[in-house]
Amino acid sequence: MTDIPNSGASPIPVGSTGRSSILAVDDRTRRRNRAEARFKMYGVAAISLGILMLLILLTTIIGRGVGAYQQTFISLDVTLEEERLDKNGNRDLADIRKVSTFGYGPLLRDAFEQKVAELGLVTEVSAKDMADDLLSAGARAELRDFVISNPDQIGETESFEFLAASRVDGYLKGRVSRDTIANDKKINVAQLDLVDQLMEQNVIEKRFNMAFITGSDASDARPEAAGMGTSMLGSLFMMLVVLVLSLPIGVAASIYLEEFAPKNWLTDIIEVNISNLAAVPSIVFGILGLAVFINYMHLPNSAPLVGGLVLTLMTLPTIIISTRASLKAVPPSIRDAALGVGASKMQSVFHHVLPLAAPGILTGTIIGLAQALGETAPLLLIGMVGFIASNPPDSVASGLLDPNSAMPAQIYEWAKRADPAFYERAWGGIIILLVFLVTMNTIAVILRRRFERRW
Amino acid sequence: MAGLLGLGTNGLLALLVVVLAAIGFYIARSRALNSVAGDARGLHSLPSYYGYTAIMLTAVPSLGVMMIWLLAQPLFTENQVFGLIPDQAIAEGSSRNLVMSDVRRVAEGLDIAVARGAMTEEEAGSIRTEFTDIRARLGEVGVALGSNVQAEVLNAAQRYRELTSAGRLWMIAFVGLLAVAGFAVSVFLAKGEFRARNTVERGILLLLQLAAMIAILTTVGIVLSMLFETRNFFSLHPWTDFFFGGSWAPNFRGNSDLSILPLLWGTLYISLIALTVAVPIGLFAAIYLSEYASAAVRSAAKPLIEILAGIPTIVYGLFALLTVGPFLVDVFGRSGLAGLGWMNGATAVITAGLVMGIMLIPFVSSLSDDIINAVPQAMRDGSLGLGATRSETIRQVVLPAALPGIVGAILLAASRAIGETMIVVLGAGAIAKFSLNPFEAMTTITTRIVSQLTGDTDFASPETLVAFALGLTLFVLTLGLNVLALYIVRRYREQYE
Repeated sequence: MTDIPNSGASPIPVGSTGRSSILAVDDRTRRRNRAEARFKMYGVAAISLGILMLLILLTTIIGRGVGAYQQTFISLDVTLEEERLDKNGNRDLADIRKVSTFGYGPLLRDAFEQKVAELGLVTEVSAKDMADDLLSAGARAELRDFVISNPDQIGETESFEFLAASRVDGYLKGRVSRDTIANDKKINVAQLDLVDQLMEQNVIEKRFNMAFITGSDASDARPEAAGMGTSMLGSLFMMLVVLVLSLPIGVAASIYLEEFAPKNWLTDIIEVNISNLAAVPSIVFGILGLAVFINYMHLPNSAPLVGGLVLTLMTLPTIIISTRASLKAVPPSIRDAALGVGASKMQSVFHHVLPLAAPGILTGTIIGLAQALGETAPLLLIGMVGFIASNPPDSVASGLLDPNSAMPAQIYEWAKRADPAFYERAWGGIIILLVFLVTMNTIAVILRRRFERRW
Repeated sequence: MAGLLGLGTNGLLALLVVVLAAIGFYIARSRALNSVAGDARGLHSLPSYYGYTAIMLTAVPSLGVMMIWLLAQPLFTENQVFGLIPDQAIAEGSSRNLVMSDVRRVAEGLDIAVARGAMTEEEAGSIRTEFTDIRARLGEVGVALGSNVQAEVLNAAQRYRELTSAGRLWMIAFVGLLAVAGFAVSVFLAKGEFRARNTVERGILLLLQLAAMIAILTTVGIVLSMLFETRNFFSLHPWTDFFFGGSWAPNFRGNSDLSILPLLWGTLYISLIALTVAVPIGLFAAIYLSEYASAAVRSAAKPLIEILAGIPTIVYGLFALLTVGPFLVDVFGRSGLAGLGWMNGATAVITAGLVMGIMLIPFVSSLSDDIINAVPQAMRDGSLGLGATRSETIRQVVLPAALPGIVGAILLAASRAIGETMIVVLGAGAIAKFSLNPFEAMTTITTRIVSQLTGDTDFASPETLVAFALGLTLFVLTLGLNVLALYIVRRYREQYE
């Protein structure tokens, strides 16, 4: 504010006539009014800047993330040749399993070559380069899984839609162009020409990609197959732990502090503690989790249970603070009335005050959970990051104890990878995360609007 | 049977206690009613309170003891086994703690082998390294060991298993006894004249108190866990280097320079940039919202700005790394618009600082907004009545009155900036140095904590343990700022209320 001249300190100016007039605006008033307008403009600029930042952030997220929900697919008709897949011809699963994913490569090459010949396309790309570079590295495994689950189809010709390799996908989305692939070993210009031709024939298509929402993370080489599903489950199990622990503990602690605690040094310490804990950096809770839950108690590394415990400790102060506020909002007359008709103190709290405070408590809990859902730093320390879970958990116990990631940690993991194809998925993951946060906050607002009572 | 239910011994024990408590509820309630011939008016408390007494006495002490036992048992066992490892079993360059983790692995491996039926319980307790290749046998059941098992380690592992299983038996006996005793006492007490409600309420009050204590326990846990490991760190690494050394160069072969000063510099520099962005914008936004804006503008703009506070920090981190950083390189980089060639990479102090500043805007604005609103209207009216313009009133009356609170808000924002992790991990880079150039990559305390504690960590090396010393410093730093801020805000409030 030092750039604004301090108009109050200047001496009273003298007009040209030597006297000031109430009809003509003098210099000093003009200056003061200008300073006023300037000051107000600074305020408007600050607000606009803040909102502009929000808009930039949101448009960036949506603009760059929306691509992750579309994926390029290549449709091929693959002949499941019996002599390659089941030499004995007896459809014995043990024999079929012996054929490794590598053994499925030739089928894809044949299918690709046949497709190109069928459509009468001219290309210098060899069948091997088509199948290996244009299709996702996971295509063979996909084919193998299909054969193992449908051994009866061996010998038939089946239509498949395989994921395209991430370079092809990037080409369709404009991330990869002929200029950027000069030094790229994974794709060349001739292959892109072929992709153009196949696009005209609708063999290569960009479609909505459900696998991004339901799938698991994939290795560095297959960004096209990576999805958020498993880490969403990790987050879900963590939130379950947080809800189950922090709601009862937080409510109990608040009831004690608000309704029963005598005013003494112990309650003072607890109060100061809670307000300080709310401001401790989240990474410190991660250190606590690592030292206590993993090193001392030997709970499993990377488990959502441990993540949930750490986030519980982090969320407790938030829940306690909001619960106390809603307990405080219940007027004393309710308590007095209950006590007056013979209820004990405990009964008045549990039968009357708590139900009336419940909507406020729920609102605070949801906001606390939303905060915990977006937290990343403590999860890094307890190992919930990296390419950990390739399959979704199959039971509650495995969901709680098996290594998994969480939504924000998964986004971090993708942001750290070298292939820019993962960035699109990181932004896409953020969209999912924000959808959850917006939903939770909306529910909290609706709860507050519907059930909030003014006494 | 425990295996059938997928619960494990502990889960089954807890389930049994709960079932017993539920049975106790019905027995105690009907016994109380019977004692007054079914007429509830003859009872001191409502009938269900007699049942609640049974639940409380049966389940609470036994489950509480079980939890404490499960927490304390590993500590006791480790201490016992720790002494069993002779000094000569500790290889050069290793430590007792490392050998202990070997012991735990072997013990776990033997457990798995017994559970899979690859070994009998007796065999697991009696095998000797002289006769059996433990590593190969455990490898068969999928437990990979890094090296061959020494006789001492195997001995210690067997002792570890013995102690653990003995402890488990004792725990089952003790917990079972407590539950049965509580059950018996509560059923015995369930008669007309027994003051069941008072007992139950006293018990509930105790539970409420315990819940409130968890806040203290968390703080104690944070401080103790970090203090303990920090002490270990200072026994391996000179404290003078940590506090007064000039460089940060961890080297996992040992002989590292681990000084906090370059990290502290990076942290403070980034926080400073963040505050230079956030404080003017946040403050002017707060002034405008509280002094100028109409109710409609206020109700629209305030929540919009506060959305910025609800966005997870990972989003800001990604924004810094992938959007703001590359944009700044486009402007200030070698072939950038300004043609200055100041910036070499997207990660830099200025990238992290700017984005962190955006994150802190709502923090500064909503705290300052509250504080400005708390300035009594009479002061404004007095100033306006003397002929001051609105901006003069704000600058010369409202802001001086609100200044302590605003300073408090800025200190809270600074504490947030210092403890912020994801933005700096993604946006600030990893080079520890003293430099004034904001276009260079630098690193911070939180970034180093993350990098020293992720991946393969060895809790016997100073390079890992330094993270705890860093964490403790961070904790003390942010706590100090918070306490100071709260103190200032509180003192200010006393003036006007």
